[in-house]
Amino acid sequence: MRGGLPAWLFAAPSLVGLLLFVALPFVLAIVLAFTNLRLGSPLPLEYVGLEQFRRLYNDDAFFHALLNNATFALVVVPLQTGLALLLALLLNHRLKGMAWFRTLFFMPVVFPLSLVAVVWVLIFAPGANGMMNGMLEVVSLGTWTPRDFLHDPLLALPAIMLTSVWQGMGFQMVIILAGLQAIPQELYEAAAIDGASRWRQFWNVTLPQLRNTLIFVVLVTTILAFRLFDQVQIMTQGGPHNATTTAMYEAVQAAFARQQVAKGSAITVVLFVIVLLITWLQRRLLRQEREVE
Amino acid sequence: MKRRSLINALIYASLILLAFCFIAPIVFMLVGSLKPDARVLVEAGSLSAFLPEQVSLQNYSDVFARVSFSRYLFNSLLITGSIVVAGLVVNSLAGYAFARMQWRGRDWVFAMVMMIMIVPLEAIAVPLFYEVTLLGWRDTYIVQIIPFIANAFSIYLFYTFFLGLPRELEEAACIDGAGVLRTFITIIVPNAKPAFATVTILTFLTQWGAFLWPLMVTSGEAVRPLPLGIATFYSLPPLQWGDIFAFGVMMVAPILVVFLLFQRWFVRGVAATGIKG
Repeated sequence: MRGGLPAWLFAAPSLVGLLLFVALPFVLAIVLAFTNLRLGSPLPLEYVGLEQFRRLYNDDAFFHALLNNATFALVVVPLQTGLALLLALLLNHRLKGMAWFRTLFFMPVVFPLSLVAVVWVLIFAPGANGMMNGMLEVVSLGTWTPRDFLHDPLLALPAIMLTSVWQGMGFQMVIILAGLQAIPQELYEAAAIDGASRWRQFWNVTLPQLRNTLIFVVLVTTILAFRLFDQVQIMTQGGPHNATTTAMYEAVQAAFARQQVAKGSAITVVLFVIVLLITWLQRRLLRQEREVE
Repeated sequence: MKRRSLINALIYASLILLAFCFIAPIVFMLVGSLKPDARVLVEAGSLSAFLPEQVSLQNYSDVFARVSFSRYLFNSLLITGSIVVAGLVVNSLAGYAFARMQWRGRDWVFAMVMMIMIVPLEAIAVPLFYEVTLLGWRDTYIVQIIPFIANAFSIYLFYTFFLGLPRELEEAACIDGAGVLRTFITIIVPNAKPAFATVTILTFLTQWGAFLWPLMVTSGEAVRPLPLGIATFYSLPPLQWGDIFAFGVMMVAPILVVFLLFQRWFVRGVAATGIKG
């Protein structure tokens, strides 16, 4: 179809939006990260080179933040993906009531994270009254001593992880289920004729066919782990003693609570580099697959 | 045959067990919202967390008495609604320009859009915050709407959908002498309902739950949306869990209803994000 001016007019509104509110702030982040910008500061704006990054390198809270993000990713990614895969495999059976179960497992996805965080604060309530404490007491046959999850340096981050898995699992499950349903049935029939057991069929047909879906799901969840913010802000405010702080929480604290826009920008630049590396890894892994084919 | 039914029984058993874990927090919230405030925490550790003894709607009326819930709801509807509607218009037009029109620089610009798609909001939140501060947009509706209308992923979803439409659709319209915009509105849009539904749902889900950005750019309840409403309400003494849960139920009920009615589309929308790789 002919284009020229009409084509530009079609594309212009959204391109202007992307330029002004994604590309420009992105460039701004890189520029500001090399300055001393602080809102309302009497000091003149100066180019300070790598000073902000040098400070971040020596910043204890930021170190904890990145460590927490990484720990979160290392635990939540396998846990959530494994659970999502398990549920998708169970739901992929043509049995009665599967649509109901799918609805149910997907339901938390439509819950806003802020609401989820508030509800889980009460689930993790301290003392024998707390739901999690009560449940653990039943499961452990009364040997569990009630803990104050969200104020315990060892348990606060796991509590946030559990909350996040509950809310996010359905998303992965649906993507994996779509991947499972796209596997040609003939592959299973051929494997069955060759006498492959169901277990072997899973390893030799299902998993290889699901490779791209799983790579996608794993890397998207990893990126989400580095974007973690809402749950931390509501449930723990980064505490106790930085046990649950995250890169994004530190960026908002810097830019918003302390007006240190330059420091906040430097953190977001670091965050973006991490996201970029993960995305690059994803593209590489997926390209390899295409070359093998 | 017997082995088959044993396997089925195992499948059901694991599903029911997991389903209980997933549904428990939701039932807990719903039941808690119907109980007297003082009972919620006391009974949270026992089975009565899931069984209300005396049911009352007191908490719901308390919410309205303590905060302007309707204000938050109105703000959320206005902000999310504007982003969805304006987003559908501009992103579908752009997707169409990339998929079906020839213009200089198209491939180059499209590559840029694909690069923008990987930038998460979090990675630009601070400089964007600085930018809107300079513009004097803080504490307004537009600061929560305008930056999120154009969306690279929505453009991409429309683009892939339009690529799959048969060319004959437009050719027939072209013979009739219809202009590009008219062809788009009368021929393309009615044939692209699935793409519009997918983008609507994904945009709605992201924006309805938006928390970080409104927290940064607004203060006071005048223009704040529901997710900030619940966070504020939660930190507002006296801590009354029944009221908080009632707030939560009212906040999530509209989406749950829409979700249950258009479930198939939600699932399809989410599955569509999987093609991104």
